[in-house]
Amino acid sequence: MLSGGRLLVGRIVGFAILLFARFITAVRGRWDGIAPVDGQRIYFANHASHGDFILIWTVLPPRMRRQTQPVAGADYWLKTGMRRFIGRDVFNAVLIDRERENRKADPVAQMVEALDKGSSLIVFPEGTRNQTAEPLQPFKSGLYHLARARPDIDLVPAWIDNLNRVMPKGEFVPIPLICTVTFGAPLRVAETETKQEFLAKAEAALLALSPKTIEPNIIAPKAIAS
Amino acid sequence: MSMPHPDLLIVLAGIVAVLIVASAIGYALQRAAPEPNAVIENLNDRIQAWWVMVILMGLALIGGKTGVTLLFGFCSFAALREFATLTDTRRADHWALAAAFFVVLPVQYYLIWISWYGLYSIFIPVYAFLLLPIIAVLRGDTDRFLVRVAEVQWALMICVFCVSHVPALLSLEIPGYEGRNVLLIAFLVIVVQMSDVLQYVWGKLLGRTKIAPKLSPSKTVEGFVGGALSATAVGAALSWMTPFTPLQAALLSLVIVLMGFFGGLVMSAIKRDRGVKDWGNLIAGHGGFIDRLDSVVFSAPIFFHVVRYFWSAV
Repeated sequence: MLSGGRLLVGRIVGFAILLFARFITAVRGRWDGIAPVDGQRIYFANHASHGDFILIWTVLPPRMRRQTQPVAGADYWLKTGMRRFIGRDVFNAVLIDRERENRKADPVAQMVEALDKGSSLIVFPEGTRNQTAEPLQPFKSGLYHLARARPDIDLVPAWIDNLNRVMPKGEFVPIPLICTVTFGAPLRVAETETKQEFLAKAEAALLALSPKTIEPNIIAPKAIAS
Repeated sequence: MSMPHPDLLIVLAGIVAVLIVASAIGYALQRAAPEPNAVIENLNDRIQAWWVMVILMGLALIGGKTGVTLLFGFCSFAALREFATLTDTRRADHWALAAAFFVVLPVQYYLIWISWYGLYSIFIPVYAFLLLPIIAVLRGDTDRFLVRVAEVQWALMICVFCVSHVPALLSLEIPGYEGRNVLLIAFLVIVVQMSDVLQYVWGKLLGRTKIAPKLSPSKTVEGFVGGALSATAVGAALSWMTPFTPLQAALLSLVIVLMGFFGGLVMSAIKRDRGVKDWGNLIAGHGGFIDRLDSVVFSAPIFFHVVRYFWSAV
């Protein structure tokens, strides 16, 4: 349990991070096929930057924000005192062990535990930050196992656009650029679905939310409605 | 902070009165419409955004030099953020862009704030334009180098240099007009915005002949001529708040209106090139910041220099 003081500091730092995120990215949430209403959900998003869950968190309405926990790699978020504070006290993250060998806790069990306490989750099924030229890396199987474990909870795809340009890997000064988070229609795992089928479906649902404007030069001007 | 000039309060009261009438009309139209109507909703969104803009602008003008410089500095930041989003800059431009946002922009507005004309009028076109490509070239990425450099330069020119000439109006010293320079800003902004609104109204009423179908399909010759002439008349009628005679005010308004109109076309061309309809979606009904600023962007520096040349003592 957190002490009152720590909780307060966590809240204040959270608010400051949120203001900073808005200042740099003017981020807007687009709800496309699902409404920003209460209800337990598992948001799954593309992962290009450490700031990804901050953007999702920023565009969620405050009440939903408080009951939403990001799922993040313990190896990264426990490394320094500062990260530990931000990960645990500010964002109340579910920290999972990404190393398959000699891990103590089962990540899926940790996530299910958080769900059973009533939290919504933000997960990045690619597992690691995407530094390839591809828009999306193949999903790890965790999302499937999570969906199987709690099949009645909606899985909501959330596409985070442009954040990789704000702060490319290795840079430490962010460039102010407008980012969007697009939420799509929820999906669930079907009774008969195999792991491959489900993961392919989830990948396609997420990729479909990516704005076609990623490469603006490619679109013909005629395609623009006047 | 000294008391705001009584003329400024009169102007602000007048604008608020106009907005109250506009809001009442918008409300009446919405009530009268048999079913939800997209045009009326858009109109009401715009009127609401107008309220926000007028309140911010009014507070800034009452706040004097610091208020106006801060407001337009923030507008430049938001505009530059929108512009940079649409550029094709790459990893190698990271430091050049960071310098544009966190060095060039604040320095430019600081120079405006301390009224250092000799430096703020050349700081971006000389120093920034030469130093930023140097920062970019040090990364060694030559792919589409000219395009990338040009994009950053134009972003700064449009969003920072041009916009900063609005608060720069405060540093002019016009004999017999001391302490009233904020009214020049009010004059410029009112003429530009009235021109936009009146062109829209005339276009809706009489618009037949498209003026630039490829760039801006909604703009018509009738709208342009009607809007330009009536905005010029509005400018002439506002000469009491300026150091100009009614004829001079009309001529300056015409310059403002023409620059605003053609500036709008240039900005449309850039949007089309980038494949977007609006620069952003920050203001409901108005698109992004640049969508609101585009006419001011082109008219502000010209208005500034014409007034400086003919009227200012420094």
